[in-house]
Amino acid sequence: MVENQLIFELHQVCFAYPGGRPLLNNLDFHLRAGEKVGVVGSNGSGKTTFLHLLMGLLAHQQGEVKLFGNKVVSRHDFAGFRTRIGLLFQDADDQLFSPTVIEDVAFGPLNQGKSVAEAKALAMRVLARLDIAHLAERVTYQLSGGEKKMVSLATVLAMEPEVLLLDEPTTGLDEATRAKISEVLKGLDLAYVVISHDYDFLADVTGLTYYMHEGRFADDAGQVIHNHFHLHPFGSYPHQHSH
Amino acid sequence: MLKEHFIQGKSLLHRLDPRGKVLVACFFSLVVALTHSPVVAGGGVVFGLLLVLIARLPWRPVGRRLALVNIFNLFLWLILPLTYAGSHHWQWGALVFSYEGAALAALITLKANGIFFCFLALVATSPVVTMAYALQRLGVPAKLVHLLLFTFRYIHVIEQERQRLVSAAVVRGFKPRVDLHTYRTYAYLVGMLLVKSFARSQRVYEAMLCRGFHGRLYCMSEFSLTREDVVAVAIMLLSVIFLGGYEWLKIS
Ligand SMILES: Nc1ncnc2c1ncn2[C@@H]1O[C@H](COP(=O)(O)OP(=O)(O)OP(=O)(O)O)[C@@H](O)[C@H]1O
Ligand SMILES: [Mg+2]
Repeated sequence: MVENQLIFELHQVCFAYPGGRPLLNNLDFHLRAGEKVGVVGSNGSGKTTFLHLLMGLLAHQQGEVKLFGNKVVSRHDFAGFRTRIGLLFQDADDQLFSPTVIEDVAFGPLNQGKSVAEAKALAMRVLARLDIAHLAERVTYQLSGGEKKMVSLATVLAMEPEVLLLDEPTTGLDEATRAKISEVLKGLDLAYVVISHDYDFLADVTGLTYYMHEGRFADDAGQVIHNHFHLHPFGSYPHQHSH
Repeated sequence: MLKEHFIQGKSLLHRLDPRGKVLVACFFSLVVALTHSPVVAGGGVVFGLLLVLIARLPWRPVGRRLALVNIFNLFLWLILPLTYAGSHHWQWGALVFSYEGAALAALITLKANGIFFCFLALVATSPVVTMAYALQRLGVPAKLVHLLLFTFRYIHVIEQERQRLVSAAVVRGFKPRVDLHTYRTYAYLVGMLLVKSFARSQRVYEAMLCRGFHGRLYCMSEFSLTREDVVAVAIMLLSVIFLGGYEWLKIS
């Protein structure tokens, strides 16, 4: 990979759902190789929409989008880039569709042309890395919410993408699992964009946080590391801190 | 949850290569569906029952499905004897019962049950997904195989959505009664079910695109023909040929 290569380059992008208010409004965004950024913003501010736009699931209506230096216009242009980008959906139910976990995780690698044996081995490695190897043979629609989330993450990582787009990866996860995700993300040598409402998590895994407001990014120049007190509902039980 | 009831099992038929099983089941249905001979149709039922015994299927779910199939046959028994024009009949008041009609109803009943048993023992003993891949290996066009796989997959999606909607109604104290509120709620349920399942299927398709789906599905399970497969499939095929041959000999 070229050092400092631009992965995403968005210039004055506008988007509105049919019949809806303008959601993204002259938005500018850049992501370079290796950059790790967070996105925060209020509910319904368009964060998920933004990620789907980066992935070409939605088509922007105005402005310019460049992927890996190539200009893309219609959703069709994205086809060749999709396997280089890994998108984790906000709702894990949307992500899993194979009958068993191992098949779902191997689905991406198989599409990339790996042999069945290679894809299976890779899938097992990724599952083991996320500490969920024991779920391999389970049926996807019978997993718990948190388990689904972890398996979804595994399906994305198994494609070995060059950039990750994570839509609220920690929602509904316990402390230990959240810490596991932080650890895995920090150990990755790739660029990612993480949407989250969990500020501690963002501070841990990203370098820069953007704040989405009125369809645009205001980058969080005022971000300061600070100490704060927080409530421990089960303070008498031993627990792990993710921050 | 929708369950594949018969795939758990360690019998010979569970072990057999799904390709061989599909082949036998299709050939058998062809012979039995086309036959005019009650002997062949009866032989088909015996053959099918034998397979069910070999597969050691749990008898309770088999019975439930058997009842379902035969409800349709019951209608044939009600209609055919009364409406079939034949030379032999038996009259009671204005009602004319034709023997040929009854014979036809009997033949159809035999055929339906034979094919039912056969598919239960051979096809229902493998997971749908494995069966789909087996069809793909047998040269069935990829589009048809996808249709089967996605139909199966989305039946689950719709069922899940239904359960969610029903629980959402139940946790807020919904009890079906005979009133407008109940009917309206059910109408909403059905409407939402369609819309939500459609939206979800679209999102699942998008998720597949994100992971490089380009119209091909890959099979994770390896198929391999063992000697057991070859022998078992050959015996079954021979029995079916024998059934078909019996009729062919009688005609010529
Ligand atoms: N398919 C759609 N059609 C029309 N409007 C939509 C559609 N999907 C989302 N919206 C609307 O677009 C707005 C932004 O949605 P989006 O999902 O991007 O928000 P978000 O920032 O991810 O919010 P959250 O933090 O709650 O996940 C919302 O007001 C939503 O109602
Ligand atoms: Mg969102």
